[in-house]
Amino acid sequence: MADIKIGAYVCKGCGLGERLNTAQLMTVAQREGKAQVVREHEFLCNSAGVSMIKQDIEKEGVNHVVIAACSRRAKTDAFGFDNVAVSRANLREGVIWVQPDTDEAKEITQEMAADYVRMGCAEVAKMQIPQINPSHGNNKRILIVGGGISGMTSAIEAAKAGYEVLLVEKTGELGGWVAKLYRRIPSHEPYSDPMETGVPALVRQIEADKRITVYLNSTISRTSGAPGQFSVDISKESGGTSTENVGAVIMASGFEPYDLKKLPELGGGKSPDVVDQAGLEQLARAANGAAIKRPSDGKEIKSVVFVQCAGQRDESGKHLAYCSGHCCNTSIKQAMYFKDSNPNVDTVVVYTDLRTPGNGEDFYRSAQRKGVIFTKGTVSEVVPGAELQVKFKDLILNDDAVAKADLVVLATGMVANSGVDIDTAGGAPNVEGKTEGGESKVVSILNLTYRQGKDLPLLKHGFNDSHFICFPYETRRTGIYSCGPVRRPMDAQQAIEDATGAALKAIQAAENAALGRAAHPRSGDLSFPTFRREGCTQCKRCTVECPFGAIDEDEQRYPQFNESRCRRCGTCMGACPVRVISFENYSVDTVGYQIKSVDIPDQFSEKPRILVLACENDAYPALDMAAMNKIQYSAFARIVPVRCLGSVNTIWINDALTSGYDGVVLMGCQKGDNYQCHFVKGSEMAYYRMSKIDDTLKGMSLEVERVRTCEVAITDIQRAPKIINEMAETIQKIGLSPMKF
Amino acid sequence: MSELNKVMVEKYRNDFLREVEANVEEGNWVKMCMQCGVCSGSCPFGPYWEHPPQEIFMMVRAGKREEVLTSESMWMCTSCYNCIVRCPRELPITHIMHGLANYAHRLGIAPKMNPTRRFAKLFWQNIVKGGRVNELKLSIGLYFMDGFSNGVKKGLEMLPVGLGLLKTGRLNPFGLLGGGKCKGAGDIHKMLKKAQEIENRRKGFAS
Repeated sequence: MADIKIGAYVCKGCGLGERLNTAQLMTVAQREGKAQVVREHEFLCNSAGVSMIKQDIEKEGVNHVVIAACSRRAKTDAFGFDNVAVSRANLREGVIWVQPDTDEAKEITQEMAADYVRMGCAEVAKMQIPQINPSHGNNKRILIVGGGISGMTSAIEAAKAGYEVLLVEKTGELGGWVAKLYRRIPSHEPYSDPMETGVPALVRQIEADKRITVYLNSTISRTSGAPGQFSVDISKESGGTSTENVGAVIMASGFEPYDLKKLPELGGGKSPDVVDQAGLEQLARAANGAAIKRPSDGKEIKSVVFVQCAGQRDESGKHLAYCSGHCCNTSIKQAMYFKDSNPNVDTVVVYTDLRTPGNGEDFYRSAQRKGVIFTKGTVSEVVPGAELQVKFKDLILNDDAVAKADLVVLATGMVANSGVDIDTAGGAPNVEGKTEGGESKVVSILNLTYRQGKDLPLLKHGFNDSHFICFPYETRRTGIYSCGPVRRPMDAQQAIEDATGAALKAIQAAENAALGRAAHPRSGDLSFPTFRREGCTQCKRCTVECPFGAIDEDEQRYPQFNESRCRRCGTCMGACPVRVISFENYSVDTVGYQIKSVDIPDQFSEKPRILVLACENDAYPALDMAAMNKIQYSAFARIVPVRCLGSVNTIWINDALTSGYDGVVLMGCQKGDNYQCHFVKGSEMAYYRMSKIDDTLKGMSLEVERVRTCEVAITDIQRAPKIINEMAETIQKIGLSPMKF
Repeated sequence: MSELNKVMVEKYRNDFLREVEANVEEGNWVKMCMQCGVCSGSCPFGPYWEHPPQEIFMMVRAGKREEVLTSESMWMCTSCYNCIVRCPRELPITHIMHGLANYAHRLGIAPKMNPTRRFAKLFWQNIVKGGRVNELKLSIGLYFMDGFSNGVKKGLEMLPVGLGLLKTGRLNPFGLLGGGKCKGAGDIHKMLKKAQEIENRRKGFAS
């Protein structure tokens, strides 16, 4: 590797020149930071400043650059140099904007700035210029698993964007559940009548498209590889397997209706005249606009009761705990089937909360206009018989009531068809119906050859983990995107939008992979993790903790990194007990040396040092925004941005405390089911590791209050500085660390 | 049960909502209620209603014909229009309440002693007679609504007000003898009769 030549550049713009002694900072960079070239500039980010740096890079051979100016989140275009390692000493948002502009504060403000310059130099000295991932593939074909409305939409959208598509459907025809509908919930003005499903037209469009290859009666029997280089076995029901290479995968495997036989109290399975919503679609298709006849005796139906939330939003733990979102609109639509063919049919919808997403409110109103009766109540029992009796409690009149009907429709909801739950090795929690003789018959959808399991990890209720809050479609398997009701319950219109988004994400992933770059959220990052084989103890913790299943195991049981599957969060690096995993520009050393480079005043100076490890996605921007709002915080804090709290190796905490820091604050994203962590599990892993740090602290005879881990959202602009100040107060209370030497 | 009520029961059987839609002023709006309860919450008399508007609408849909039509509830409406202004579904709730009250009255099953209903009757008779309200007769009629002794008591209570009105020329004592009629009151009677005929024809009431 070429020699490192560090250039440090101190900016005097934005008030830095007036507030700080830049000459002293230059001396620090030169003497302590070992920068060979040190310059200051009045206005570093303007063209003259930038060309000064560029000249040094070209003529002086500077290849590692420290920009001592503003936050690393500002002026990224101006300070983005090719083939040069860059670190940023944050003097503006990190120092002068968060410290008072007074004579008394001048000394500690300068000390703060000097420390950030030291940290910048230390970081860049340990950085390497990222090289492109050598083992990247450049296949850009998109595989779509599932030929329902979601899969078909994804296929058409990806093909329209110019990508080749393989569409795999396990049944003999395309269309999925939507093809089985008589009509669909309307998707456009005036939202007043059910509309055609549009499936035949989509099928024709797919058949006519040369870019789309359809595999019917087929399933995926093996998926291996990584984005840009997946290898997939597509098995036909009749036998025979073809192996295809694809760049990205969209999983649109949809849902199954919740089995109405599990609701015997509501007549499920007890009477042929109690059907689920899919059952009614079948009747409506048979009638095709004429009067709908009931299954038991073929009698024309004169009265029908729709029971909403049948086996849904169940608090007893017996049935589905969630709302499937589409059923209210679906029942409204189905009631219209009756009203449109004969306005004299009595249609009653018994609901507890009518929820009509999208423009469903107009649809609801239209149904009321057509004479559909809506009754707020909870149904306790459906008594089978020639005339069914629906017993319910009227919640408005607080009255027990009975509605008589020829037919009862149960809105039973959706169960995700998400394959094997790799955490429990069972199926989605609510499809026990598939189990026979104690042996699980749940079939895997993707049959991944990953060490971490055959299918995508689940979040809750059997739905795929798909970064529900911040980045829908993002699963925990890079290059594989899920869309439609396998991700969360939704109706056809939402599935269409979802599928369009997933198609674009899949295209992005394939394109990024072909360039050897990371996918979202570090899109464009060229670095990738490597490990020092000699030091590895084969503990496998990295393979387990990697939220994205990027790390397999080779024949000799060493971790095998699949760079293209890696999202560059560094959770493996934080996990590694022997610290052998690193990225070229982000490693145990780049952060560790920053921590050690800070000047620690002695025990009697009354100048504590607080290390803040802040997630660069949420906590660091929150602190930047606090600075923009001139919210001040302790001048003793030294903030180090980390890719994810999951990448924090406990050795950093250890190093900090042994080298005399008085407190450590870790700021990461929200964890748990409503996680906001960009890397899904990173902050959770950090919390888990930090839950065990107390013993370490006690072993060092330090107070446990010296280390604090907290969840900080990007909106916590007031709170983030407060957390730092609280730590400063705590230190004042318990005294400085005795470990300053 | 009045003859008309029997006819209506026979005609609509168990479908009270349809009966309301056909016969009650603005009754076709009842089905549009989404049971949010804003009307009941907005009504200044809300706590005193046996069944606030939201419940009345639900009862109509649930086919509780007797309970609704014999209810005192809709007679409680003071036409403040708070509910109409606030209803997110834009139901003319005030009008529906009056419509229901009126319909119950036509059927002869409205609560007989309801004071609002009695006052309304008094007012109607008074105004129809001369084509204009005779205030003196109306107020005296109101005082004596609950019997002679009550009327005398009430009249004495209001005496100072009456004298004040008299002094300032706001009250014509000869109103007691009649007078104050508009010109052509007979024509008004004819118009009202015709209107009644048209309404009966449209709503299918026997005239």
